[in-house]
Amino acid sequence: MTKIADIQAIDPFEAALGVSDVKGRSPWEDAWHRLLKNRAAVYSAFIMAFIILLVVFGPMLISWESDFTDWDYTSTPPSFASGHWFGTDSVGRDILVRTLEGGRISLMVGLVATIVSLLIGVSYGAIAGYFGGVADRVMMRVVDIIYALPFMFFVILLMVVFGRHIVLIFVAIGAINWLDMARIVRGQTLSLKNAEFIVAAKACGVGDWDIIRRHIIPNLLGLVMVYVTLIIPQVILIESFLSFLGLGVQEPMSSWGALVADGAQDMESAPWTLIVPSVFLTVTLYCFNFIGDGLRDALDPKDRL
Amino acid sequence: MARHSLQRLLGLIPTLLMLITVAFLLMRVAPGGPFDSDKLLPPDIEANLNAKYHLDESLPQQYFRYLGQVAVLDFGPSIQYKDWTVRELIAQGIPVSSTIGLAAMLLAFVLGTTLGITAALKQNTRADYLLMGVGMLGISIPNFVIAPILILLLAVYAGWLPAGGWDWGIASMVLPVVTLSLPVTAYIARLTRASMIEVMHSNFIRSARAKGLPESLIIRRHALRPALLPVISFLGPATAAMISGSVVIERIFSIPGLGSYFVQGALNRDYTLVMGVVIFYGVAIIVLNFLVDLVYAWLNPRVRYDQNR
Repeated sequence: MTKIADIQAIDPFEAALGVSDVKGRSPWEDAWHRLLKNRAAVYSAFIMAFIILLVVFGPMLISWESDFTDWDYTSTPPSFASGHWFGTDSVGRDILVRTLEGGRISLMVGLVATIVSLLIGVSYGAIAGYFGGVADRVMMRVVDIIYALPFMFFVILLMVVFGRHIVLIFVAIGAINWLDMARIVRGQTLSLKNAEFIVAAKACGVGDWDIIRRHIIPNLLGLVMVYVTLIIPQVILIESFLSFLGLGVQEPMSSWGALVADGAQDMESAPWTLIVPSVFLTVTLYCFNFIGDGLRDALDPKDRL
Repeated sequence: MARHSLQRLLGLIPTLLMLITVAFLLMRVAPGGPFDSDKLLPPDIEANLNAKYHLDESLPQQYFRYLGQVAVLDFGPSIQYKDWTVRELIAQGIPVSSTIGLAAMLLAFVLGTTLGITAALKQNTRADYLLMGVGMLGISIPNFVIAPILILLLAVYAGWLPAGGWDWGIASMVLPVVTLSLPVTAYIARLTRASMIEVMHSNFIRSARAKGLPESLIIRRHALRPALLPVISFLGPATAAMISGSVVIERIFSIPGLGSYFVQGALNRDYTLVMGVVIFYGVAIIVLNFLVDLVYAWLNPRVRYDQNR
């Protein structure tokens, strides 16, 4: 329904811009520009990238081993003189190295458990949404029932019954976190099947393959991406919650939650043992939340105010 | 309204059954029986013990017996606390835990909605950004990080409040209640802000303005109720969040509540205690969700009238 006047207006517009051909932007480019405009999300992404680099490569660069006990410097405050930049704990282990290595576990749990929940959630939701009807109703009823259960406690129950093992932590957390994803993917699949813009694209003569590639996949992908960035901090939080209670990873392995718990024990005499892992954990969660929020604003136009 | 309630009530049954069944099955597949010890029991005694606790019956028989026991909140004896039944332990923890939980919920609701509405009315000003930035911090900092830091600052360094313990005095409640309510407060504030902004842009608010009503009256009489609806429906998940938060908080502040028993039981692999508390928590969450649902339907004319048709 473009007016002829509008089409004619493009030429002078192009001339004014000094370009020969005004190009359209894909929805992805639009989203990218919206994301870049969200300063909180961009800064968070940079900080997060820095933390990930630090956690992955930091322990290789620092000369201390995480299990090395430096008896000359037990519970030493942060100082450059001792070589322990962020201090040591009560048995003389370097806090920075321990925090970075704990971060490896925390981030790995975040990633692996999120992938587990992604796989279960997306396939479950897509199947329910695609087949619809009775299958959909039964599958979603099951999700509703499971949804009402106190899942944190079931993870703890699993830990109690089967003993604490790192693989179990991945699986248990992933297995409890797929419900949101299933609901979202199902809803999106349902509404996409009959959405007006899909019909419009068909009416304009766009082929099936192009509709799937340009409209359906990006629409699912965006939402899935948003929820992945929101699930990762949730998972990291659950893992640190368990480790804080002493029900998560076991010595000599460590994670941010376990380190915060250790630090809370010694905080009166050595507050840095609490503060260093707390800062890493909090900044990570903070950044992921901002990135997730930014992505949602950029990719999901419905929620934008 | 009555039909809606009844439907929702019937909907609870499969969830409750699922909760109990999963708990029962997990208990059965747990490696090691309750009477395993370093010393081998004579077979006669073991048979007697098994008979006493009905472990010699078939699995379905045991299951239905367990269902019957759970119906009267009988979770059997605690394995770790020898002279106590799980029910007695739970009954001991409830008054403390529910006091903290209710106080924290009240604080979170009042403070959260107030902050959210303030931010919404000052949308995109510096006050709004500040409130929402702090709110994001409240969501991001876990309970178990903020609690030790507050203890360090307010109890250890400043000495204003006790660092832990429980004597039913206000001073011993302040820190646990505040730390427990912080994440929920922050979430409610964000939720209220978003829905308030949406409501303030809706047509009926424009009509109210066109009638010349003063802004304060518009907010109080027209905007508040629809803006608070999403907050009400969040109260169910908030309860669940508070309960899992209370587990950590009670441990940090050494408060003798339900959560402390739960963690202690989990660390000592006290199956019966852990199972009992999980079922209790589950039932509490399910029932509270149901109540929240009823309140929501009662407040929201769209749900109320849909059901009558």
